[in-house]
Amino acid sequence: MTFREKLSAGQFVVTAEIGPPKGTDITEMTENIHLLKGNIHAANVTDNQSAVMRICSLAVCRVALDNGLEPILQMTCRDRNRIGLQSDLLGAHVLGIRNVLCMTGDYVSAGDHKDAKPVYDVESVQLLRMVDGLNRGKDMSGNELKGPTDFFQGAVVTPETDFIEPQLMKFEKKINAGAMFFQTQAIYDIEKFKEFMGYVRKFPVKMLAGIVVLKSAGMANFMNKNVPGIRVPQELIDEIKAAGKEKALDTGLNIAARHIRQLKEEGICDGVHIMAIGIEHKVPVIMERAGLL
Amino acid sequence: MIVAEVKPFQEIKEMVKDCRRVLVLGCGSCVTVCMSGGEKQAELLASALRMAGKAEGGALVVCDKTILRQCDPEFIEQIRDEAAEYDGILSMACGAGVQGVTEKLKGKLVLPAMNTRFMGMTDGKGTWTEVCTGCGDCVLALTGGICPVTTCPKGILNGPCGGNKKGKCEVSPDVPCAWVRIYEQLKALGRLDLLKKELGAKDWSRKQRPGKYRIEEEETEKAS
Repeated sequence: MTFREKLSAGQFVVTAEIGPPKGTDITEMTENIHLLKGNIHAANVTDNQSAVMRICSLAVCRVALDNGLEPILQMTCRDRNRIGLQSDLLGAHVLGIRNVLCMTGDYVSAGDHKDAKPVYDVESVQLLRMVDGLNRGKDMSGNELKGPTDFFQGAVVTPETDFIEPQLMKFEKKINAGAMFFQTQAIYDIEKFKEFMGYVRKFPVKMLAGIVVLKSAGMANFMNKNVPGIRVPQELIDEIKAAGKEKALDTGLNIAARHIRQLKEEGICDGVHIMAIGIEHKVPVIMERAGLL
Repeated sequence: MIVAEVKPFQEIKEMVKDCRRVLVLGCGSCVTVCMSGGEKQAELLASALRMAGKAEGGALVVCDKTILRQCDPEFIEQIRDEAAEYDGILSMACGAGVQGVTEKLKGKLVLPAMNTRFMGMTDGKGTWTEVCTGCGDCVLALTGGICPVTTCPKGILNGPCGGNKKGKCEVSPDVPCAWVRIYEQLKALGRLDLLKKELGAKDWSRKQRPGKYRIEEEETEKAS
């Protein structure tokens, strides 16, 4: 069964992330793919994440497929105009890629080519509309395609953002524009997330909760201060602190596993998206502790 | 207005190094208002160049003059005779002014003393902010009079990205999130319904370069 079929069948799905490297040596990345396949259901392949230039998501999606892991092609609007985006989407389809995650993309100033000209010819809502059009056999100018695409398109949402109302209005636009599944920014307050899900359940979309493993109390404090849309409750920070430095990561893994278990057992959402930046090898550990393996 | 800033002095000096007689030409419009290229700034730059020339023992002659608008042939015409006495004109106007003078005084070397930044407005505290891109297809009626094409670095037309932190943009904590501003303005106006309207991709053919604008013939006749 594909990622899409598993979600439609009501299976609790797990996705993780593959970050393409900067350079042509894909040994370590391929090892990560092998570590994840069989454990998770699909992997997002990031698109020049944080505006740092790396191997393109499209090529790495194909590498993932060749190595037996179903990819989710992340597409941002920062580096390509509507011609480039549509052309890459057609290319992705013929290479066997079926899942697309549509995002506007971090601004160039976040990355390692700060002097680059950003594109943003379209943004996330319009990109979703574009994918929906290609699925219907039409390009953005209304021209007929010789063979449509058959993408399962998703988008992102930030339930913990500081100004939730305009974010929710945009979330609804994304659904209208064709988003079928969502992955969230990291969430840590399950009770609050439940409230958010009460609202989401009005819509025919699948929701995967974002899970970012807390590696230390310092990391949690840093994210609270600097990362938009992330709020780690004080009691979790205290829990990691109480465990001591040596046990900090292990406690972080436990917290992630506990949250995933609760999300699944209480049927709060349809799956989780684990962003284990730099500790991809720990994903199976989290899943095992969550009772998913 | 057009906001421009003076180039670094070293760069200007380097630019005029082969000239013997330079006319620093101020512009009496936008750059006068943003206090970077008007009469006073032209005087200051001319005097700085004279002093630098003297210090280096050169024979550079520098004078200054300011006309009302360097992007308008009528005003450039006023300096035609005077310009003949110089082998270089150092324009303190925006890029449109530099090219206006170049176009009108054919064969004369016209150099830019300024870096043109943007179309913007003043906040009254000596700072100016870019607020218009000149996209050719204004959406302000739908966005509470706040331009997302320009004031959101990503030009998003359908709501905030996930990058705002306490109402500030991910690009800089000094930049307010355009979509938080738009949301608050529309809420105050009782027009949050406008935010529900999905805006399609912009028609950038309206911005094909070089832009050209022509008023109807009868209007031209009326005006003249």
